[in-house]
Amino acid sequence: MLRILLLCLLMLAPICAPSSARADDAANEAVVALAGQNFDDIRRGVEALGVSGSPRAAAILGALQDGRLVLGADKQLFIKLPEGGYQAALTGEPAADPGSVRPVRVNNSIRRSVDAALGALRLFDASAATRASAAEAVFKSRDPAGIPALTRAIAAEKDSGVKRTMEQARAAALFAAGDASEADRLAAVATLRDRGDIDARALLSTLTNQPPSVVEAAAAAVKSIDFSLQLWSLLQSVYYGLSLGSVLLLAATGLAITFGVMGVINMAHGEMVMIGAYVTFVVQTIIRNHAPGLFGASLFFAVPLAFLVAGAIGVAIERSLIRWLYGRPLETLLATWGLSLLLQQAIRSIFGPTNQEVGTPAWMSGAMQLGGLSLTYNRLTIIVFAVLVLATLMAVLRYTSLGLRMRAVTQNRRMAAAMGIRTPWIDALTFGLGSGVAGMAGVALSQIDNVSPNLGQGYIIDSFMVVVFGGVGNLWGTAVGALTLGILNKFLEPVAGAVLAKIVVLVALILFIQRKPRGMFPLKGRAVEA
Amino acid sequence: MIPLRSTILTLVLVLGGAILMAVLNLGTAESSALHVPTYAVSLAGKYLSFAMLALALDLVWGFAGILSLGHAAFFALGGYAMGMYLMRQIGPRGVYGNAVLPDFMVFLNYKELPWYWHGFDQFPFAMLMAVLVPALIALVFGWLAFRSRVTGVYLSIITQALTYALLLAFFRNDMGFGGNNGMTDFKDLLGMPLQADTTRVGLLLATAVMLCLMFLAARFVVGSRFGKVLVAVRDTESRTRFLGYRPESYKLVVFVASAVMAGIGGALYVPQVGIINPGEFSPANSIEAVIWVAVGGRGTLTGAILGAILVNLGKTYFTGALPELWLYALGALFIFVTLFLPKGVIGALDRFRHIRPVDEVPPEKISEVTG
Amino acid sequence: MSDLQTPPGDTLLYLDGVTVTFDGFRALNALSLYLEAGEMRAVIGPNGAGKTTMMDVITGKTRPDTGTVMFGKDTDLTRLDEPAIADLGIGRKFQKPTVFEPLTVWDNLLLSLAGDRRPRFTLWARETTDEREKVESILETIRLTDVRARQSAGLSHGQKQWLEIGMLLAQEPQLLLVDEPVAGMTDSETAQTADLLREINKTRSVVVVEHDMDFVRALGVKVTVLHEGSVLSEGSIDFVSEDPRVVEVYLGR
Repeated sequence: MLRILLLCLLMLAPICAPSSARADDAANEAVVALAGQNFDDIRRGVEALGVSGSPRAAAILGALQDGRLVLGADKQLFIKLPEGGYQAALTGEPAADPGSVRPVRVNNSIRRSVDAALGALRLFDASAATRASAAEAVFKSRDPAGIPALTRAIAAEKDSGVKRTMEQARAAALFAAGDASEADRLAAVATLRDRGDIDARALLSTLTNQPPSVVEAAAAAVKSIDFSLQLWSLLQSVYYGLSLGSVLLLAATGLAITFGVMGVINMAHGEMVMIGAYVTFVVQTIIRNHAPGLFGASLFFAVPLAFLVAGAIGVAIERSLIRWLYGRPLETLLATWGLSLLLQQAIRSIFGPTNQEVGTPAWMSGAMQLGGLSLTYNRLTIIVFAVLVLATLMAVLRYTSLGLRMRAVTQNRRMAAAMGIRTPWIDALTFGLGSGVAGMAGVALSQIDNVSPNLGQGYIIDSFMVVVFGGVGNLWGTAVGALTLGILNKFLEPVAGAVLAKIVVLVALILFIQRKPRGMFPLKGRAVEA
Repeated sequence: MIPLRSTILTLVLVLGGAILMAVLNLGTAESSALHVPTYAVSLAGKYLSFAMLALALDLVWGFAGILSLGHAAFFALGGYAMGMYLMRQIGPRGVYGNAVLPDFMVFLNYKELPWYWHGFDQFPFAMLMAVLVPALIALVFGWLAFRSRVTGVYLSIITQALTYALLLAFFRNDMGFGGNNGMTDFKDLLGMPLQADTTRVGLLLATAVMLCLMFLAARFVVGSRFGKVLVAVRDTESRTRFLGYRPESYKLVVFVASAVMAGIGGALYVPQVGIINPGEFSPANSIEAVIWVAVGGRGTLTGAILGAILVNLGKTYFTGALPELWLYALGALFIFVTLFLPKGVIGALDRFRHIRPVDEVPPEKISEVTG
Repeated sequence: MSDLQTPPGDTLLYLDGVTVTFDGFRALNALSLYLEAGEMRAVIGPNGAGKTTMMDVITGKTRPDTGTVMFGKDTDLTRLDEPAIADLGIGRKFQKPTVFEPLTVWDNLLLSLAGDRRPRFTLWARETTDEREKVESILETIRLTDVRARQSAGLSHGQKQWLEIGMLLAQEPQLLLVDEPVAGMTDSETAQTADLLREINKTRSVVVVEHDMDFVRALGVKVTVLHEGSVLSEGSIDFVSEDPRVVEVYLGR
């Protein structure tokens, strides 16, 4: 109690006149006390130094904590450097070997004071992150001893985010301070409610020895926090669902062209995705070996390259295989399945059967915090990428002459041929486009999945389900289908577990297709019934 | 529809081959040059089990136009029923010595047998389930799919989804079917030790007889008026509907019958290979079965049996001698058959037979439609 | 149900206010059409007039958005599906000849004969003398006796058209819907087909959709002209071909 009052008094000095001269004076006095003989003097010195505002305070207290603050013969204080040698405690200048020294003595009470003082000092650190983490430490310890320093720090704080953390820390510590008024406590409850995370909830739900009004307010706050936590977890599920949905969308978009638009059932579609992932691997290997500085941009090289490689393979497949099988969907299915075996085995022969290491550029690592949401950058990038791919594809189909011809050929092949469109080439290019998009998807999937010859296998059934679910021949349907399935999956996972969730989704899809064989957004009219 | 000559040839080859192997295994000394080792007997039994799956698939694909990419699921379900029976027969001879619970259940801390395991210690019950479970799943699935007129590629995709869902389900430990590892270490069947030569030979003969019976049944079905309606449904579904037929009933009957055949095949397969695990549900297995039928000749029944045996002979050879090349060979086979052998080996043989005596070509043959 | 819209006693087919839309496009627009028992009616109209959609509605392939479709006195066709409607006695011939190509001519007719259509019957069914006689007689009617054992895929276009008509006859329907029966036929085949239809009409009602005006004239029956999904004009061929609205639709202003 007395200690707190003392601290309060002492801290007034630097606030009123934080001049460096005053700080030096205070530091001088504190150092004198530190050099004192009894524990009380030393402790007072620690406390005084903590609030002195001296730039040397952190160094001196740190040395004391480590047992490196020593007393010379003439009661001069030195800091013994870890790498050897000494420096004068007050000035920080190198000092000659002071001869026989003894460490400043500490007991438990002093240790605590040192910790508190250092914590308080960090509240004034130059770095906002350090200040925030210092405040967070007080929040965790709920030590009322930190309140005065926090109050001071709050007044001085410029960064609104850090300031809020400090206020929350002060609120957390307040409940244990015997002299806090009821109004202050209620205000503290409100502050913690606004913080609204699991820690605040834990604190509010375990309060003891509080006035009835505060207990009541705390209970209400816990409820409100529970609600908002649920809301956040719901949003988090949506985010995970969007993320899975965008992966499905990427995998299915190419298929939406080859299967949805052309009606060609390409079981080797997954292998186009897999090839895209291997292109990424090759690009990264080359960059690592020849231009490590460009690694951060490796994906920007990989995306167009994967499009070209997979697209070229797609054109080759169409010209050599698919074109002989138009109008025979089941045969196409079998032949392309055989092709998928060939491609997998070819990749296995070239790269080996094991997983390949594909790196994640630094800018895609980490996560950002948005309220109660944690958004990982790689997932976020994939979502954005999926949207971009879809938008580009729609634009290509709608606004380019290639897109116009593709639509013409798929809608009425003979008429298109009569109008002078070279339909065989349009077929090849359309198939190439779908395959190229699958290749780009592979670049994205290499960031979140194992790059192995079996990569594509894992996506082929899902992709077909997405396309069929969304409604064949409809890119919007594919998008809505992918996102719906992704979100549905992620909402079921907490309830049923990942595998069971997937089974449930599959069975639901099978049932759905029975109800609406043409998907969610079917093309209507006489033409499709033929 | 299936010529009598090829029918007799098929029966003679399957039965005769099996009996010959049996005699050469049991009746010759191991040192004899004519001796057929027991592993070869079981291998032949495995091929004939696969031939049942192929036959089942040919019935739905060749004659009803339903390209099921999930037929191995019915095969695997039959196999699991047999596996459950064999597990119960192990009794206290398991590693953990539990008289009731199979080893994997002891390992997974099961306290008692799950309800759906009861009765599987009785052979007739287990065999009934090997037939009923596939039939029931085929019935429910087919009823839903055919009634809502899901056809062609869409049907293929959802059959694939079906087997994929089952694959995932059987991988789960808490399904109570041994999870990832499935069931193995079987000891005996109907009191006969599975490792004994006589049991192996008996299984081969039983499989061969069963296959012949199935073949005859399938031949009867496709040769009946029912079979003609089926072909009509396959090629011109809407016409049959306007004539008053219900294609969905026809497809459902043949789909369920086919699932039963596949289930029996699976039940005979498991004791001869000694293991059943969820891998049997993998979509790749079902598609591989399709290529057996395609290689032999779709819609010929005989071709399905021939294709299953030929492709699996090739697989055994390649995976032993040149494992790297097997998937290349299989992949190439898919492409080659669809592009150049649309009627399979049987179709190619037929054409070859008919090409030389040009005058004898009946007009029907020339314009025969590709199915 | 039927007390509000009971068709007159001798009306076999009764369509009233039938509307069908595909994605906003009105294929049938409040179409009304009555057919008397024993009547033969020719339906003509330009492309997209709704002729095939009308057939689809009658045979249960397409469900109308609104409207009444009654067969006989009290059968509501909008509640039945294709096989049920076929069982009632409505046969349909497609525009493009549609026969079971892998089967022989004989088998095509055998499968079409009126009878039990359920799998449990067909699985065990044996050909009876009665069935054989019926098939023989139809073969004669459609002049295909010589090719009875031929796979129907090998027939000529005209032969396939006749085979399909034969299949319809085998069904023993009360009402035949015939979509463009003479498309692609030679003149003599066309004339023979007109004879055949008139022969059939002696025992059954027939609706013929046709483009060929000479053929319609040769039939000499009441004509209904469809335009944009509804009836534009109705009457004898001479009457409708002089109707100025019909002339406008066919020839333009």
